Amino acid sequence: MAVRLVFLGKLADLAGVPEQDLPAPLDWPGLLAALPGALGEAVRGEKVKLALNGRIVADKAALAAADGDEVALLPPVSGG
Amino acid sequence: MATDVRVVEGGLSPGQALAAFAGAHPAAGGIASFVGKVRPDDGVELLELSHYAPLTLPGMEALAAAALARWPLDGILVHHRIGQMHPGEPIVLVAAAARHRRDAFAAADFAMDHLKSDAWFWKRERRAGAWRWIEPRVEDHSDLKRWK
Repeated sequence: MAVRLVFLGKLADLAGVPEQDLPAPLDWPGLLAALPGALGEAVRGEKVKLALNGRIVADKAALAAADGDEVALLPPVSGG
Repeated sequence: MATDVRVVEGGLSPGQALAAFAGAHPAAGGIASFVGKVRPDDGVELLELSHYAPLTLPGMEALAAAALARWPLDGILVHHRIGQMHPGEPIVLVAAAARHRRDAFAAADFAMDHLKSDAWFWKRERRAGAWRWIEPRVEDHSDLKRWK
């Protein structure tokens, strides 16, 4: 029973892995609690967006991910 | 098919892609195109583009649809590479086919400005063996405001 996290851009470097599974269900406090140090700081920042199953989450604090969901952590894009 | 939108893994051949696009739009009076290349800045050895499939291609398709809705176009092409590339290699190709040139120029310009600042790509470059993530540029965001 898991939620898959996908780290993009420099967040993947901070996490040390491109993906990580966390127990479901997962909300915003649970996500932050699972991300240590600089990674948690970065994700908390307003420039980092979340996507739930490919859709941008308008309010990160309202994140509600269930078993089988994918949460992407998206730092600012650097342009094509 | 009015739109030809792709995330390209591996090589991008602008000449071939443009020839196919021209063939698909024989009634167009003109085609404006732009090829973006990896800039051969001092010491850059390699550039790496990463994307997030559930967002990147849908975002590019929405961009192409927005250009079609805004200008009278016969078609629009948006091809963007991902992965690792060397200085001088093409990284992005945009083309717009239209009855009249100004619509084609404007649509290609619009698509590029949005790809540079509003598309789901992350970029890092390697210099002297060390990778560094590239942060968003302020100019890219001001370019985007031209179209609001």
